[in-house]
Amino acid sequence: MLKLLLTSVCQIFGIFFITFLILHLIPGDPVLVMMGESASLADQEKLRSELGLDKSIVEQMTNAISQLAQGNFGTSILTNMPIKPQLFDAINNTYALASLALSIAIIFGFIGGILAAKYQGSYIDTCIINASLFFISIPHFFLGPLLILMMSIYLGWLPVSGMEGKYAIILPALTLALGMLAIIIKMTRNSMLEIINSDVVRTARAKGLGELAITLHHMFRLVLIPLITIIGMQFGSLLSGAVITETLFSWDGLGKLLVTSIQTRDYPVTQACILIIATSYVFINFLTEVAYRFLDPRMRH
Amino acid sequence: MKQIALTIILFWTCSLIYKILIGFDSSVMEVDEILFVPNLTYWFGKDDFGRDIYLRLIDGFINSFQIILVVTLITSISGILIGVLSGYLGGRLDQVIKFVTTLFMSFPGILLAIAFAAILSPGKLNLIIALSIGGWVGYARLARAQTLLVKEQDFVKASQTMGSSKSRTVFRHILPALSTPMIVEATYAVAGLIIAEASLSFLGLGLQAPEASLGGMMRDSVRYLLASPHYAIIVGASIMSMVFAINFFGDFLHKFWGIKDD
Repeated sequence: MLKLLLTSVCQIFGIFFITFLILHLIPGDPVLVMMGESASLADQEKLRSELGLDKSIVEQMTNAISQLAQGNFGTSILTNMPIKPQLFDAINNTYALASLALSIAIIFGFIGGILAAKYQGSYIDTCIINASLFFISIPHFFLGPLLILMMSIYLGWLPVSGMEGKYAIILPALTLALGMLAIIIKMTRNSMLEIINSDVVRTARAKGLGELAITLHHMFRLVLIPLITIIGMQFGSLLSGAVITETLFSWDGLGKLLVTSIQTRDYPVTQACILIIATSYVFINFLTEVAYRFLDPRMRH
Repeated sequence: MKQIALTIILFWTCSLIYKILIGFDSSVMEVDEILFVPNLTYWFGKDDFGRDIYLRLIDGFINSFQIILVVTLITSISGILIGVLSGYLGGRLDQVIKFVTTLFMSFPGILLAIAFAAILSPGKLNLIIALSIGGWVGYARLARAQTLLVKEQDFVKASQTMGSSKSRTVFRHILPALSTPMIVEATYAVAGLIIAEASLSFLGLGLQAPEASLGGMMRDSVRYLLASPHYAIIVGASIMSMVFAINFFGDFLHKFWGIKDD
C-alpha cells in the first residue's frame, strides 16, 4: 500500500516536471512564439518576467511549485486573467460529461454483459457481441458525427452541439460512453462465463438456491472485482476521448480548453490542463488499486 | 468476418497500386462539383473544394502510413531494446527503466502526443516525434515480460551453461523468441497509431492543409455534416475499415502463432 502511494506521488511529480518542461522545449524564444514577431520589446520583457523566464531554471521550478501549492495556476496570456476560475469551470463541465458517460457505460455494460452470458449462444448474445465489436473499433471522431446525423438531423431529438438546454449533454456523453460500454460488456460477459462454471455457483445450485438469488448474490459480487479494474483502465481512454468529443460538440470542458489554448498558443493554460488531466488519471488509477485490494482479500497478500 | 477484412485489405491495396502505377493528383479542384454525392464516376463523391474524396483518401492513407512506418520503427526498436535490457540484466537498470515507464504511463492515451504536438510546429517530422515519445512504452513492457519468461527456459540456460556470452544469448536466443509476440504487438500498435494520427490531425495538431490527412478530412467533413453527410460517413467509414482490417490481421497472427496472453 505504501509502495503504491509512493509510486503515485512520484508520478505526480513526474507529470509536474514534464508539464513544466513544455514551455522550455518550445523551439526558439517562447515569448516570441506566443506574442508574434510584431510585439514591442517592452511587452516582450513584461511577459518574460511574468512567466519568470528571466530567472534561472531552478528558481523557476521552485517558484512554480510554491505557486501550485497555493492553488495558483498562473495567468492566461490571452485574457490576462487568472487561469483558475476558467479551469474550474472546465473541470466541472468535463466532470458532468465524464460521470454521465461512465454511468451509462457501467450500468448498460453490466446489464448487457450479464444478459449475454446468461443466454450464451442465443440470438441476444450474438446481437450484443456484434454490436460491442462495432463500438469497440469505432473512433470517437466518427461515432460523434454518426450520432449527430442519427439523433439530431434524422430524428431531430437532440441539439447538434453546444451546451444549451439540459439535453445537450446526451450526445457527447453517448459518444464517450459507447466505446467503454462495449468493452465493459465484453469483459463482464467473459468473467461471468468463468463464474457460471465455478465451484461457488455449483455449490449454490446444489444447495437449491433459485436462479435469481444465484445471479444477484453470488455472480454479481464476483463479477464486480474484474469490473473495477476495467473501469479504472478505461478512465484513460475516457480522458483522451473527452478531448476529441468536447472539441467536436463544442462542450466547454478541459479537453476543449486544452485544444483552444494550444491553437491560441496560450501555454500557461495548456500546462494547467495537462497537469490536471494527467494528475486525475493517476489519482483514479490509485483509487482503482485501493478498491481492488479492498474488494478482493486475496490481493492483500 | 474474414471475407470482409480481406475485401477491405484488397480494396485499399488495389487503390495503392493504382496510385503507384498510374498516379494521380488528388488536389485537382472542380469548383462546379463541390460536395457531389457519390456517383459512378466519383465513387466516394467530392469534397468541399470539389476534389475527389477517394483520391484524397488514398493520399491521406499514404501520408498516414509514412508517418506510422517511421514511428513504428523508432518505437519498436527502442522499446524492445529497453525492455530486453531491463528484463535480462535486471538490477538497478531494471528499477530505473520501470520507474521511467510508469512515469510515461501516467499520461492517458494521446495526451502526451498532444502535449508534444502543441509545443512543436505542425508537420510530418514533428508528428513523428510526438507519436514516438510515448509509443515505446508498450513494446518495452511486453519485451521485458517476455524476456523474463524466456530467460528461465531450458534452452537459454543450456546455452549459458555452455558458455555463451550475454550478447550472444540476447541476439541468438532471446530476440528470436520475442519476434512473434512483438510483430503482433506492432500490428495492434499500427491500428492504434492510425487513430492517434487521425485524432491529432482532427484537432488541428497534425498535418496541415493542403496536405491530405485522414484526420484533416474528418475535421473538414464535420463542418458540412448538415449539408453533405456523405463526406463524413465515407471518410469515417474508410478510416474505421482500415483499423478493423489491421486489428483483424493482428488477431489472426495472434491465433496463428498461438501466443498466450500474460
